[in-house]
Amino acid sequence: MSSVHKVRKFVYGITLFFITLSGFGQMPIFARYHISHIPGLGWLAQFYVTHVIHYIFAVILIALCVYAVLDLFLDRKGFVRLTGSGILKGFFILGLVVTGGFMVVKNLPGVYFSHVMIYILDLSHIILCMALLGASAYSLVKRKAWTR
Amino acid sequence: MTSKISRRAFLKGSITAAGSVAVTTGVARAAKSLAKEDIEPLVTVIDISKCVGCEECVYACQESNASKFPEPKKPYPKMYPSTVPVQDWSDKRDTTDRLTPYNWLFIQSATANVNGEEIELTIPRRCMHCENPPCVKLCPWGSAKQEDNGLSRIDPDICLGGSKCKAVCPWHIPQRQTGTGLYLNLLPALAGNGVMYKCDRCYQKLEKGENPACIDACPEDVQVIGPRSKMIEHAHALAKEMNGYIYGENENGGTNTIYVSPVPFDQLTFEKGDGKPHLDQVDNKMANGNNIARAMLIAPLAGAAAAFGKFYKQTKEDE
Repeated sequence: MSSVHKVRKFVYGITLFFITLSGFGQMPIFARYHISHIPGLGWLAQFYVTHVIHYIFAVILIALCVYAVLDLFLDRKGFVRLTGSGILKGFFILGLVVTGGFMVVKNLPGVYFSHVMIYILDLSHIILCMALLGASAYSLVKRKAWTR
Repeated sequence: MTSKISRRAFLKGSITAAGSVAVTTGVARAAKSLAKEDIEPLVTVIDISKCVGCEECVYACQESNASKFPEPKKPYPKMYPSTVPVQDWSDKRDTTDRLTPYNWLFIQSATANVNGEEIELTIPRRCMHCENPPCVKLCPWGSAKQEDNGLSRIDPDICLGGSKCKAVCPWHIPQRQTGTGLYLNLLPALAGNGVMYKCDRCYQKLEKGENPACIDACPEDVQVIGPRSKMIEHAHALAKEMNGYIYGENENGGTNTIYVSPVPFDQLTFEKGDGKPHLDQVDNKMANGNNIARAMLIAPLAGAAAAFGKFYKQTKEDE
């Protein structure tokens, strides 16, 4: 594995970890279950902090996705090299970026979304997140790589 | 200055009238789209110097919104862990000296020292209806929404009572009632804790072209409502007239409630705490996130630049 690949894998792992943690931090669960009372984890119950962290890692994830997709194309082998689990995870990430993108727009001043729209976005975002976590756990256990 | 019919309702009425004349014509459709673009958020201006603290607005609010108040069923389901607080106001419905799920507007009594003389002011307090409301934007469940007339409200059928809206609200306005709402049908022991309640600006009255109940009930005409630009003009004129001070125009990036006081707000002394909001300066709470959102537009370019950079380097090495 080249050093570029190692860095990419490391950045993806860190991003996935923090974006998931800060994403779950959007729900008022860490304080209820005293997880935020563990020393060093108090930030998990600070909604504005988790919100900003989620956004920062979303920026990194989007940049990483564009990099990875272009890299696949530029080495002239394209998506043929992606494994089944790789394609599945790619779709989940795409869905997360799209639904997350809409939610970022929703948070801008002067943007009005209906209850139904907000509800669909919130629910699909969390379902896609759980699906990605499931697929990632499966890949880890079964040692399935992104590419052949 | 009080507008009996809201701008939105006026526009809605005009559209309906135009529509009845030229139903399904292109002219009607064009008029409708133009009117929609012209909608401004509605702002209320509250002249504190006029308020006598009679609480007419408080009782009018309770009467107008009585059908929306929670009717929790007891005993409440046990929640885990046991430290999760039960918040029950159902036996204290008459409370009017603070915000509760049954009291969305209260009169806050403040004192101030003006030229060595102590004066008393009474201030109607309720949701500020922020221009970019964190309670709406950050609700993880989509229970809160903002309407294009600037009001924000919580849907009691969807809310799970997690109280995040209260935590992110700069004034901690929403109030929770345990034992009611959707969470009872999901996992009441493990998630949720009731429903959050706050002023919804009598949206049902606004929809009919009427004013919120608190405005019409006031015998002193303390509040006026109208389109944002006109109300800001009005607030500034009022402040100039009384040599007074403004609160709410820029707080949290701007709210749709503007207080005008003859005394600087930081010189008012009053009881603050749960259900008794402050009048401190508030930075735009959503600004940090929205600034980072701009970086999301640059992120694809950064990723593309890195990929092309790597490709260029590899091509050079292959040569």
